[in-house]
Amino acid sequence: MNETTNQEKKTFWEKLLSIDRRIIFLFIAVAISVPLFFKTSLDMPVSPVVQEVYNAIEKLEAGSKVLVSFDYDPGSMPELQPMAESFFRHCFRNNLKVIIMGLWPQGPLQANIALDQVFKDEDIKAKNLQYGIDYVNLGFTAGNEVVIDRMGHDFRESYPADSRGTPLSEIPLMRGVRNYDNIDLILNLSAGYPGTMEWVQYAVDVFHVKLAAGNTAVQAPSMYPYIQTGQLAGVLGGMKGGAEYEIALKRPAKAVSYMFSQAIAHGVICLFIIIGNIAFFSLRKKKTS
Amino acid sequence: MSSEVIGIWIGAILTLGIFSFLYKDNPFYKFSEALFVGISAGYWFVVTFWQYFVPKFWDNLSLAYSELLTKGRVDYHWIYLVGGFFGVLMLLRLVPKIGWLSRWSLAFIVGTTAGLQFTRYLESNGILQVKGTIMPLDLTYPKPFIAHTGFIITDILGTIWCNLLNILYTYSHWVLVVGTFCGLIYFFFSKEHKGVFGGAARVGVWFLMITFGALFGYTVMSRMSLLIGRMDYLFGIWLGLY
Repeated sequence: MNETTNQEKKTFWEKLLSIDRRIIFLFIAVAISVPLFFKTSLDMPVSPVVQEVYNAIEKLEAGSKVLVSFDYDPGSMPELQPMAESFFRHCFRNNLKVIIMGLWPQGPLQANIALDQVFKDEDIKAKNLQYGIDYVNLGFTAGNEVVIDRMGHDFRESYPADSRGTPLSEIPLMRGVRNYDNIDLILNLSAGYPGTMEWVQYAVDVFHVKLAAGNTAVQAPSMYPYIQTGQLAGVLGGMKGGAEYEIALKRPAKAVSYMFSQAIAHGVICLFIIIGNIAFFSLRKKKTS
Repeated sequence: MSSEVIGIWIGAILTLGIFSFLYKDNPFYKFSEALFVGISAGYWFVVTFWQYFVPKFWDNLSLAYSELLTKGRVDYHWIYLVGGFFGVLMLLRLVPKIGWLSRWSLAFIVGTTAGLQFTRYLESNGILQVKGTIMPLDLTYPKPFIAHTGFIITDILGTIWCNLLNILYTYSHWVLVVGTFCGLIYFFFSKEHKGVFGGAARVGVWFLMITFGALFGYTVMSRMSLLIGRMDYLFGIWLGLY
């Protein structure tokens, strides 16, 4: 009797290990999709590295100039676009002047999408922000890290005009901005190369400018060592970093709403890992016996 | 029907086309993939032409030429001809007989990049990171923390978890120094990994495995984020279900 039950159990684990991968895909799809219908906001503590990004902006006086580099494309939108919107909200709420640029061709376009979204907020709309006075989009220029290096000497070497073709000398916000000496903080949203690492190497370590970053989760672990050494003020790591930043800002938005799906999906993956391991060790035990 | 709505429909149908591969390979997937590759190639060609070739090469040479015509002066913008020359050499790959000339361009790129990156990497990722691991090794006690969530189970779990993090945070310098040292020992193959040396190497392996686990976790989170973005597009933007 015992032998028969044992046999059935073993068969079950064997079946489980050879399960069709499409069933797992289905589980993940359901785990991701269903929570999206529940507008549940997960409350989560703000980690020190995210809090540092928040503090870096909070410490700036009204009128300070912030350079935001958009180094990503639509492929990384779910992770980085919520961060971009939060950065803008924070900067405009604190009356900071924002200079936008991009080392990726689609970066400055992503900035425009984020600006359109942020300008829908009542408190931001009430400020009646003016292009060229409160914010400016310099656009994209080719050259990767060489652009960062040249901007350290003179912005005009890399950007003689903004994305609309207006010479920098004719833009009120850019008057008095020659190089990083006239920038109070750089924010970088990065999905790869060129990105945060290049900003650290060519702007922070050479021109000693303050840098905070938002990265895709894949890239984030490579950036944490720069925090320990003071090369980076703080990092928003992936969707969770973005969600924490929204909480720090007391303005939960997309990232926070996505985190419920993220949590459920991770739970399902962990469950599959546990089941897979149990099945694997059960079969190994069977083989050795 | 506005162009925006048409765009959303095309995006949604192509997303489903790519997802259909998860079931099995099919013509719908192949069409979506081919369209994506084709549009990407076309897009990058246009970007390269208008963002790289025209502003960096053509405009600068035009400036040099007009300076020569109007003022009879040979100005520094002619230097861009060197870049153009190397660019042409790269294209010679298309001519097998003289394709080897493209190696000159590659040698120039590799040499310049190596020279440019060497000092920056050495300082940012070498010297400063080594300096970052030289830390004072404190022996202060972490402050105990008791969680109050209202439920006894979450109180216990929260207290254990927070105190564990607290201990790790307090002794993070120790973790950093021990982890770096033992990790380096693991990669030292000139001595057999036995005894104390072997034990240290084993600790190093644990640190490496925890690092790889964290990296894997972050990668999973990244991929899930992308999937959430697509699902949100399908259910929220396309179908408008919430």
